Amino acid sequence: MSVRRLDPAQPASFEFSSENLDWAKQQIAKYPEGRQWAAVIPLLWRAQEQHDYWLPEPAIRYVAELLDMPYIRVYEVATFYTMFNLSPVGKYHIQLCGTTPCMLRGAEGLKAVCEKVIGPVGTTSMDGLFSWVEVECLGACVNAPMVQINNDYFEDLSPDIFESLLEKLRTGVGVKPGPQTNRQYSAPASGPRTLTTLDR
Amino acid sequence: MTVRFKLDGQEVTAKPGETIWQVAQREGTQIPHLCWLDQPGYRADGNCRACMVEIEGERTLAASCIRHPADGMTVKSAGPRVEASRKMVFELLAADMPARETGPDPEATFWKQADLAGLDHAPRYTGSRPGANGSIPADSIFRDASHPSIAVNLDACIACGLCERACREVQVNDVIGMGFRGHHARPVFDFEDPMGHSTCVACGECVQVCPTGALFEKTLMNGEATQRTIHADKSVDSVCPFCGVGCQTTVQVKDNRIVQVDGRHGPANRGKLCVKGRFGFDYVMHPDRLTKPLIRRDDAPKSSGMKLDFVDRLSVFREATWEEALDCAASGLKQIFDRDGGAAMAGFGSAKGTNEEAYLFQKLIRQGFGTNNVDHCTRLCHASSVAALMEGVGSGAVSAPFTAADDADCIMIIGARPEQNHPVAATYFKQAAKRGTKLIVMDPRRQELMRHASHPVVFKPGTDVALLNAMLNVIISENLHDEQYIQANVSGFHALSEKVKDFTPEAMEPVYGVSADTIRDLARTFARAERSIIFWGMGISQHVHGTDNSRCLIALALVTGHVGRPGTGLHPLRGQNNVQGASDAGLIPMVFPDYQPVEDPDIRARYEDAWGRPLDPRKGLTVVEIVNAIHYGQIRGMYILGENPAMSDPDQSHARAALAKLEHLVVQDIFLTETAWHADVILPASSQAEKLGTYTNSNRQVQIGRPALTPPGEARQDWELIVELARRIGLDWSYKDVPDVYAEMSALMPSLNHIGWDRIEREGSVTYPAGADDRPGSEIIFYDGFPTSDGRGKLVPADLLPPDELPDEDYPLVLTTGRMLEHWHTGAMTRRSIALNAQEPKAVVSMHPKDIGRMGFSRGQMVKVETRRGGITLTLRADRDVTQGMLFIPFCYGEAPANILTNPQLDPFGKIPEFKFCAARIVSA
Repeated sequence: MSVRRLDPAQPASFEFSSENLDWAKQQIAKYPEGRQWAAVIPLLWRAQEQHDYWLPEPAIRYVAELLDMPYIRVYEVATFYTMFNLSPVGKYHIQLCGTTPCMLRGAEGLKAVCEKVIGPVGTTSMDGLFSWVEVECLGACVNAPMVQINNDYFEDLSPDIFESLLEKLRTGVGVKPGPQTNRQYSAPASGPRTLTTLDR
Repeated sequence: MTVRFKLDGQEVTAKPGETIWQVAQREGTQIPHLCWLDQPGYRADGNCRACMVEIEGERTLAASCIRHPADGMTVKSAGPRVEASRKMVFELLAADMPARETGPDPEATFWKQADLAGLDHAPRYTGSRPGANGSIPADSIFRDASHPSIAVNLDACIACGLCERACREVQVNDVIGMGFRGHHARPVFDFEDPMGHSTCVACGECVQVCPTGALFEKTLMNGEATQRTIHADKSVDSVCPFCGVGCQTTVQVKDNRIVQVDGRHGPANRGKLCVKGRFGFDYVMHPDRLTKPLIRRDDAPKSSGMKLDFVDRLSVFREATWEEALDCAASGLKQIFDRDGGAAMAGFGSAKGTNEEAYLFQKLIRQGFGTNNVDHCTRLCHASSVAALMEGVGSGAVSAPFTAADDADCIMIIGARPEQNHPVAATYFKQAAKRGTKLIVMDPRRQELMRHASHPVVFKPGTDVALLNAMLNVIISENLHDEQYIQANVSGFHALSEKVKDFTPEAMEPVYGVSADTIRDLARTFARAERSIIFWGMGISQHVHGTDNSRCLIALALVTGHVGRPGTGLHPLRGQNNVQGASDAGLIPMVFPDYQPVEDPDIRARYEDAWGRPLDPRKGLTVVEIVNAIHYGQIRGMYILGENPAMSDPDQSHARAALAKLEHLVVQDIFLTETAWHADVILPASSQAEKLGTYTNSNRQVQIGRPALTPPGEARQDWELIVELARRIGLDWSYKDVPDVYAEMSALMPSLNHIGWDRIEREGSVTYPAGADDRPGSEIIFYDGFPTSDGRGKLVPADLLPPDELPDEDYPLVLTTGRMLEHWHTGAMTRRSIALNAQEPKAVVSMHPKDIGRMGFSRGQMVKVETRRGGITLTLRADRDVTQGMLFIPFCYGEAPANILTNPQLDPFGKIPEFKFCAARIVSA
């Protein structure tokens, strides 16, 4: 895991858009009186979405003040989870799973694609479109190898499929999340094997 | 349920809740430990793996600090497997740190524990944490010297998390946390800010517990704050010289200089300290200490407007021998006394001195001059609370310690900012709130403590009586009062209930600006709780209706029966370290020691017998009255010991003019205070760190302070100087030492029965009243009625009385004064502490940012604040704690003294001035 820290270049301020603020209030209201701190992760997540997919310091501060939490409590959360990006990322931020099942199914090849197309881990491509990091298990082992791009999983990848996926994103051609082969979700790759005798 | 198990072949017993480590410790077996700290308030975390033991039948070793033994278990705390594991743990940790000789503190716990674990060689591996390979540059992000008192060298950090527990769970400040994750985890302050720029309040708890020296006192280190250079040669157990909490300390000394102060296990502080107690000790070593007696030069006339720097002192004073100075001091006083009688004399003693000094001082004034004109700064802080308490419950002291917050279900704090003024007491309130205790915090100014409160209430200044009467109205009209308790223990209920009838929360809402629903909720929460306790401070007492405010609080406790049981009671948080003791010892114009009225002929006769002369049968004058009496020409000679009325009294120009008008003024102090500028003779005395004596804290705990240093130059012990003066005015005093004085004092004070000097010396702290020599004193009093004439508590209804000076067109703002965390009272001590002054170096007035914007000011600019008494110029600070329409100025700044501005109008009962409210205006300077 690379060293994480707050980006040296920070915006002057942050606040939620009015829709996000409404949404945040609903999240906060989900928790019993005195337990509002529990909303910290959803709020940070939403702040990150609103702010080009990375969390600036003013956003962390804003969330702390919104929840009346000591700064350090929010900072700990924001620095602990790799899902919070502390520095600017590309328009398409790729989290590449490198944990054992994905590794055995070819994650190394996907990494090579990232290095070729984007650059070394942690960098953002010159055009600002792509950035990538390697993360621990994303829980989609059955469709290994896979990556997460922004909020979506792209699964059953091979280096070629992955590279053309990136190319589609670059040129703005529509892409479909989920398995990138003909497979239906996590059904067997070779087609159904059970309940085959049932009539449709 | 006790548990029996086998430890290293011995049958041992564990008490409920004890861990294997604690049993081993009790049995005398040392098990190395790092992330576990054997101190109250610290939970085990089990993360460092230094304390591993072997449990028979278990596959892996277990961390003894967090593992509770089970019946029949067989535990081995030693043996090849355990020892190899421990050694490996220490070796791996050491591999991530700089070497012992190059790390911040070679004496750190880590290295002592490594020795204990048997680590006898340099690590064979090199860790990947910064600093592992030896030195890292001073400008690395792992070095942070931004704080005036604390150095951060994270190359030595082993991420044990003790600093986080210290900050979050013990002091409840929540500034330090472990940021990042895994191998990169490390302590950070707020948003990884430099410590000095973070919200850190510098209590230094993290420094006290850090096992590696990664967080360390700068006073012990080299100029770059990377390595320890100073090692103490002496250690003295004493008490803190600052506030009424009464924290016990261990003072480390090298070459007659204090180099470090740590918290010790007193009943009041349980090992904790705050920024003043831990880092504010350097004032005693300031070069401006008075070291030679001074006599005013004949060519230096007094003037009320004078200013004098220490370096220029010889332009006004000349140095003298002790003999000459004492003769001059005494003869000047005696001359006035012989000519004009005792009514022309007065004395201000000090709540900073010891009980013994307070006793001797009031005895000198009463016996030597036959007058009761002796008072001290209690008049400016809790005099009104004491007046109301004496009237209502027959005792001016607290009914329960602040640690009773542990047992309470509801804690009400009003007119106090304990996080600033009683920081260690505040930790108990915050801890209680975290456990779910209801915490009601009421104040006209916001404060951090409100974040912890279940009921934070900001109300309009000066409307306390309306607010508290409305609470009483709800309690009585909704039948939430304790009928049975009232019938058995309280008188005056009918009159009170009639009085508060009109004070419905709905009718009073516009007065204090808090919704009726909130008031009802407060009243119900307070009354319905099984155990409720009330704490209050100067926000209650420093008003013209200060006594009425306190009466309302007493009524709240009495009608609900929330007094006399654990977790209940009345606790005015005492300001000075010894204001309780000085008041007990009789530094009050109306009473002899133990609050025995001077006007009672029987009591007076007893003192006349003891002191061998007729005594003044009338109450003496109080602080502000004495100042006025000087202006009338009645009082002409004064002896002031350790007080600074030139800074602390309201309407300061008036007070200073009085001091300048005195025919003869003797000032005994450690610095050339603003008061000393007007003296005829100045006697250089000893600081708290240089003297032996007892102090009584807010909890009624009598504690012993021991000398850590010898006084500088020719400075002498205060008690000796009082004796020298007494002898020179013709008193036949012969005390051989401090315990001798204590013996005489305690013989006259029933409250100190069973509390002999030897006992205090042995136990370090004894709570009065104590029922026997060998039993602890009573922390909770009024179990069974009250020490009043009929044994009942008395309810006194309070009426609405507006503050004396309301805002108007000319002066549209409300000015309130008080203290700040880093500075003590008039600043005589803390402004001379380099560490503390570095944190708050200049005079400020705080104002709400919206007001600043609305009135067209900008934060940080210079402004002039004016009232009908005068004006001062200082820096404008934006502070959301101050509500709109208010200004707040701390009174510690000599260059911009807040008390030039304050209103000297007195509360009619407690004779306390209205420091908390006057009309003011602000203009650009």
